[in-house]
Amino acid sequence: MISLAVLPPGGDAATALYIVSFSLFILGLKQGTHPTTAKRGNMIAAVGMAVAVVTTLLLDGMGNWGLIAIGLAIGSAVGAYASIRVKMTEMPQMVALYNGVGGGAVALIAWSEIRHGIHLGGAMPLQELIPTLLAGIIGSVSFWGSNIAFAKLQDLIPTRPLGVPGQQFINAILGIGVIVLAVIIAINNDPPSQGLFILILIAAAILGNLVVLPIGGADMPVVISMLNAFTGLSAAAAGFALDNVALIVAGTLVGSSGTILTMEMATAMNRSVGNILFSGFGGAPAAVAGSGEQRPVTSIGAQDAAIKLAYADNVVIVPGYGLAVAQAQHAVKEMANQLEARGVTVNYAIHPVAGRMPGHMNVLLAEADVPYENLKEMDEINPEMPRVDVAVVIGANDVTNPAAKNDPNSPIAGMPIIEVSEANEVIVIKRSLSTGFAGIDNDLFYEPNTSMLFADAKAAASEIAAEIEQL
Amino acid sequence: MSLFTEFTIFVLAIFVGFEVISKVPTTLHTPLMSQTNAIHGIVMLGGLIVLGYAGDGLEYVIGTIAVAFGAINIVGGFLVTDRMLGMFAKKPKPQVSPASSASRPGAVDKDEDKGEGSGK
Repeated sequence: MISLAVLPPGGDAATALYIVSFSLFILGLKQGTHPTTAKRGNMIAAVGMAVAVVTTLLLDGMGNWGLIAIGLAIGSAVGAYASIRVKMTEMPQMVALYNGVGGGAVALIAWSEIRHGIHLGGAMPLQELIPTLLAGIIGSVSFWGSNIAFAKLQDLIPTRPLGVPGQQFINAILGIGVIVLAVIIAINNDPPSQGLFILILIAAAILGNLVVLPIGGADMPVVISMLNAFTGLSAAAAGFALDNVALIVAGTLVGSSGTILTMEMATAMNRSVGNILFSGFGGAPAAVAGSGEQRPVTSIGAQDAAIKLAYADNVVIVPGYGLAVAQAQHAVKEMANQLEARGVTVNYAIHPVAGRMPGHMNVLLAEADVPYENLKEMDEINPEMPRVDVAVVIGANDVTNPAAKNDPNSPIAGMPIIEVSEANEVIVIKRSLSTGFAGIDNDLFYEPNTSMLFADAKAAASEIAAEIEQL
Repeated sequence: MSLFTEFTIFVLAIFVGFEVISKVPTTLHTPLMSQTNAIHGIVMLGGLIVLGYAGDGLEYVIGTIAVAFGAINIVGGFLVTDRMLGMFAKKPKPQVSPASSASRPGAVDKDEDKGEGSGK
C-alpha cells in the first residue's frame, strides 16, 4: 500500500502545521465579529481546515486510501448538495444534522480507538482511555439528541414535549449507568472491554433520545446551541485521546461557542438551562390560557394599516417565527421599501429567540435584502420604543407580551421582551388571537393603542405594500 | 505530548474561545453556528487516523463513515456559511426610484398626520 508518510505523527513538523491550522480557525472566528469581514473569516477558517487535513494525510501511518477517497467523496457530495439546496428557513434543521454527524463521527472514532487499544494488547493507558470514553459518551448523546432535534424541527415527529412517566428517573439511571460502565472499563483496562463500550454507546444513545424528546419546539434554540457545545467537547475529548492538538483547540472553540449561545438563549427566555432541559415546558399548550373572559380588541384592515404606516416617521417591524413560516420576509421587505420611499424610517427589532436558532431571524431578513444596519437587537431598540410611531408585530407573540414585565404571576414573568406597547401605536398582524408557545394570552392585543390585523402575514404585508403605493 | 501540556492548551483555548466568540454580534449567530459546525469537521482528522490503522472489515466501515461524516461537516458547513454571509454582504438595494416617490403627495402630508398617530 502506498503511503506518503512524510511527517511522523506527533513530530515537530506535524504539530507546527496543526498550530498554523488552529490559528487560522481563531483568526477566522475573529473576523466573524462583523458582517463585512465575516465572509473572509469563513474562508480563512476553511484554509485552516485544508492545512489540517493535508497535514494529516501526510502523516506516517496513513493508509486505506481507497476508503479515504470514498468517505471524502460521499461526505463532500452530501455536504455540498445540502448546503446549496437548503432553504434559509431550514437552517436550524441543517445545523441540527451537522451537530448530529459531528457527534456521530466522534462516537465512531472512539469505538475505533477502543478496538485499536485491544489489538495493541495490554492495558490502554488511562490518559488515552478516559478521553476516549468521554468522546464516545458525548458523541453518542449528541448524535441521537441532534437527530431528534432534527426530526422535531422537520416536523417528522411532534414538536410538543413527548415524555414518558418517570422520565427524570430513567434519565438519571441511564446517566449513572453510563458513568458506572465507564469506570468499570477504566478499572479493567487490560484490555478494555469492547462489549461494555458498545453498551455505553447504546445507553448514551437512549439518553440522547430521552433528553431531547420532551423538549418543546420553542426551546429548540437552546437545544441546538447546547448540542453544538456538546459536539465541540466531544471533539476536544477525541483530541486528548488521539494526542492531536488541532482537535483539542478546534473542539474547544466550538464548545465555547455553543456554550455562549446556550447561555444567551436561556437568558433571552429568562429560564435556566436545567429548567429548559428538564421541565418539558416549551411548546406545551399550558393550562394557564387566559381568564376566559372576552376582551375587546380593535381590528383594522390593510388599508387603515397602510395609512397609519405611511404617515408615520419612525416604524419598527417586530418579526417572529410566524413571519418565517408564512415566508413573508420578501413581502415585508417590499412593504418597508414602499415606506422608505416615502421617507419613513424603518427598523427591525429582533428578539434573541425570534427564530428557531440563535440569529435565525437575521439570516431570513438578510436573505430578503434587509440591510443588517436596520436589524436592531432588543436592548438597542427598547429605549427607542417611546419615540416609535408605529410598531408592526408580524408573527411574533410571547416576545411582545407585556405580562412578562407587568404580571409577576405570568409563566413568562421576567422574560426580556421587545417593549412594543411603549410605541405610540401597535399593529399586530396575526391570523387569530390564539396563544403563542407559552400558551398564554397576550395582553398586548387588548391594549388601547393596539390594532389587530387578522390575516396571513405574507398576504397582509403584500396588501399593505400595495395600499401604501396607492396613497 | 504530556497530559498536562494538553490540559494547558485546552484551558487556554476555552478562554480564547469565550473571548473571541462573545464579540460576535447576534446578527451573525446563525452563520457562527454553521461555521463552528464546519470547524467541528476537524474530527475528520480522527477518522483519517483510525482508518490508517484499521485492520478488519468493521473498522474499515467505522472509519469510512467517520471520514464521510467529517467531510459533510467541513464541506457543508463552510459552503452554507459562505452562502449565508453572502446575503449579509449584499449591498442595500437602491430604494424605489426617487422620481416616483417625489411625485407622491404623501411625503408632504406626512407631518400633520403623524401628530395624530403619536397623540394616541
